[in-house]
Amino acid sequence: MSEYESIIGLEVHAELNTKTKIYCDCPNLFGSLPNTNVCPICMGFPGTLPVLNRRVVEYAAKVGLAMNCYINNISHHDRKNYFYPDLPKAYQISQWNTPICENGFIDIVSDGRLKRIRINRIHIEEDAGKLLHDSKYNDSLVDFNRCGVPLIEIVSEPDIRNSAEAKTYLETIKMILMYLGISDCKMQEGSIRCDVNVSIRKKGSNKLGTRCEMKNVNSFSGAVRSIEYEIKRQIDILKSGGTIKQETRRWDDAKGKSFVMRTKEDANDYRYFPEPDLLSTYIDKKEIEKYKSSLPELPNAKIWRYIHDFGFSQVDSKLIAIDPERAALFDDSINRMECTPKSICNWLLSDIAKFQNDTKLKISELPITPKSLCSLIAEVEKGNISNTAGKKVLSIMMKTGEDPLDIIDKSNMKQNSDAESLKVLVEEILMNNQKSISDYKNGKTNALGFIIGQCMKKSKGNANPAMVRDIILKIIG
Amino acid sequence: MSLYKKSGAELSKMLRRKECSSVEICKSILQRIDFIENKTNAYITICNDILQQAEKVDNKLSAGEELHPLAGIPIALKDNISTKGIRTTCASKMLKDYIPPYDAYVTTKLKNAGVIITGKLNMDEFAMGSSTETSFFGKTSNPYNKDFVPGGSSGGCAAAVVSGEAIMSLGSDTGGSVRQPAAFCGAVGLKPTYGSVSRYGLIAFASSLDQIGPICRDVKDTAMLYSLICGHDKMDATSAFREYTDFGSHLYNNVHGLRIGVPCEYFGNEIDDEVKESVIQAINLFKKYGADIKSISLPNTKYAVNAYYIISSAEASSNLARYDGVRFGYRSEEYESLSDMYAKTRSKGFGREVKYRIMLGTFALCSGYYDEYYQKAINIRNAIRNEFIQCFTECDVIITPTYPSTAFRAYKHKNNVTKLYTNDFCTVPASLAGIPAISVPCGYSSEGLPIGMQIMGNHFSEELLLNTAYTYETLSGGLKNERI
Repeated sequence: MSEYESIIGLEVHAELNTKTKIYCDCPNLFGSLPNTNVCPICMGFPGTLPVLNRRVVEYAAKVGLAMNCYINNISHHDRKNYFYPDLPKAYQISQWNTPICENGFIDIVSDGRLKRIRINRIHIEEDAGKLLHDSKYNDSLVDFNRCGVPLIEIVSEPDIRNSAEAKTYLETIKMILMYLGISDCKMQEGSIRCDVNVSIRKKGSNKLGTRCEMKNVNSFSGAVRSIEYEIKRQIDILKSGGTIKQETRRWDDAKGKSFVMRTKEDANDYRYFPEPDLLSTYIDKKEIEKYKSSLPELPNAKIWRYIHDFGFSQVDSKLIAIDPERAALFDDSINRMECTPKSICNWLLSDIAKFQNDTKLKISELPITPKSLCSLIAEVEKGNISNTAGKKVLSIMMKTGEDPLDIIDKSNMKQNSDAESLKVLVEEILMNNQKSISDYKNGKTNALGFIIGQCMKKSKGNANPAMVRDIILKIIG
Repeated sequence: MSLYKKSGAELSKMLRRKECSSVEICKSILQRIDFIENKTNAYITICNDILQQAEKVDNKLSAGEELHPLAGIPIALKDNISTKGIRTTCASKMLKDYIPPYDAYVTTKLKNAGVIITGKLNMDEFAMGSSTETSFFGKTSNPYNKDFVPGGSSGGCAAAVVSGEAIMSLGSDTGGSVRQPAAFCGAVGLKPTYGSVSRYGLIAFASSLDQIGPICRDVKDTAMLYSLICGHDKMDATSAFREYTDFGSHLYNNVHGLRIGVPCEYFGNEIDDEVKESVIQAINLFKKYGADIKSISLPNTKYAVNAYYIISSAEASSNLARYDGVRFGYRSEEYESLSDMYAKTRSKGFGREVKYRIMLGTFALCSGYYDEYYQKAINIRNAIRNEFIQCFTECDVIITPTYPSTAFRAYKHKNNVTKLYTNDFCTVPASLAGIPAISVPCGYSSEGLPIGMQIMGNHFSEELLLNTAYTYETLSGGLKNERI
């Protein structure tokens, strides 16, 4: 590996979660019965015409702004021509010469440092249908539901150097799309897919090698494995004295291998030309400003803020920021100023995350609010309940949605932190355990634990153990 | 009483005065079809509910309902305009059994107005041609002489209205397909400004050029039908946001002070003498009635045919790619693989002319040739449009022949289509520029075949074109010959 470096560029396709499709009024839904979300327009019937869903332009422009792109005031639509049964018009309406967004970048955190990946362009286009190869019919069937689902394609510059960077880049893009709320980002439903371009060169060289493109990469882990496979394949070829041929390869995730789809010689000529059925798309400055001001705080900015304002670790910061709902719950809780940021972070990433993991529920589906979460944490911080009791309260909250203070009131879990009554309790226990006192004074430190244990037992667990300890030490100290 | 001979405007009045019923009009049309359709072959499909449609309108009229002036008038559509439930073939084997699941915008407009849709008219396959000879359903004959072509691609439209098989018709014009058959058959044909009539449901040939337009027997009918079909449609992104007047009710008869441009490029040696003389006579008539005649030059005209055939074929190669045998239309009976199915379906489903243009257009868009052909053609197109716009600062309308000759004999150009292409040089410039143009009859050749005069105007100047044409029609007395 050492004498070579790899040059990687990614083309990420993300489905947008608009209510309707990009060129017709059909609902944009996943998982419906085959060929139910279709009309003559998305089925490409003769005489039908596309009308651009303006929401798609808005979403694409927002992504562009979030990725620091220049937004073209005028962009054009083009036809990409090719035959395939899942493409009813036999052309895909896409953008060729003038996409909506150009020349941006995103910063990713790689090896503990920020690394800038340049974005070449972001354009809008329509998705194709799906072929179903059904053995029951001994034939191939086409489901056109996905035809006309709006897509953005985010094309990076070849700034990525290894599979780990590629994975972080993909995660960062996913976070941004989630934050903008414009894509469901469900890998298993194919709402994010990518094509991977890989070339290698001798370290120190500034000439790009011949690149190969891999299609059908449908998961982030697939991206990692396909890149590693491809780098190895190309290095092996060079080492054995061969030359890399420019080709498009199909990644087979199950086999962990890629196979040649087509070589440069039989590459498709898509015969792009301006789509005559659509006018150019105009986005004026005012509109761009409006989108800009509507952008939420983006995940990288949040991570940066958590590290610097609260002193969190990068790992914790990222764990909070990666999920926009979790980050929103965290930020709203911070703003209540009822408990410390560190406690909120700990609760979110331990007990609440564990509960989410067990139940597969999203933050928004949990019966907790910033208010209820903060009052629970504040009770623990104030010592009104023990940490253990706090966990119990949380699990009741998750089940019933009750207010934590009500739960605490009802269930006797309130911790006794009253110095006077604790002193009476401690004195009584000490009186009955003279031997332990002398043991402790003779250096048997675990005798202290025994005395605390007796106090807790006597109080039925409600005594504040830290205060009990302090009082004992003050008396026998 | 030969109701089929009357114009739409006359019949509209008669219906309201209860001098006839829509059923009577339709019966007259049906009798005429029975009598003459086997000679013209104008129709591909004749609707089987014509009398039921007419009866409904009659009932509404006798109930005193306010209906559109064209309610109850039998109108036929070129067979590339989608009609829900009625097969729409584009005169192609590829779509010979295709039944659209939806109505075109214009079809909906006609239906809502209570127009009687009589059927679907013959055309060149996928509107590619100027003789209606390339139809899968056989050629249509010129009503003046069955050995001659009716023009095309809307040949069925011109033949049907002139021979009395429909009162009015809607055709489509990509490079002259409304105007040229109107000229060949002695009808009036209007190609509206690009964007003024929705293309939704018009089966695309070349999207940036296609426009639906009326072919009728006189200017008044043309104006009435155009008024009904123009207007913004949200289903067509290229449809213009505009208000339109009722063109049919405001026609006036005055050309005093009208600045008429006469471009020398349209009166060269390519134009038959008889055609040239007729058009010049018509211009002189305008002059006599106070028009201001200007000699002008449109030098880019000579590039128009080349640019037109590249752009229209390029768009067609993409528009017609959807006929792949997967979802609708013809599919080859036998094939061995997916690509074999595509190849056989398209080889057998399309006729020779269509395949010729698909290949031409595919070539023009290939990487490496795009700049040389398609991009150059687009540049020419822009130059032509600018030339027209510049010209319309000096004149109000431009008058030229519609076609260099009168109707030609069937099969005359069978082995030389490029000659046929070059003859489109009078009509394609307006198409490339997106401006409106109308063809009106202006006399007959020595063989007794009609001659057409083309009047072009600036974008959205249909009112002026219709009035100019109406003035000429009134001054010249309109058609004198009996239709067959």
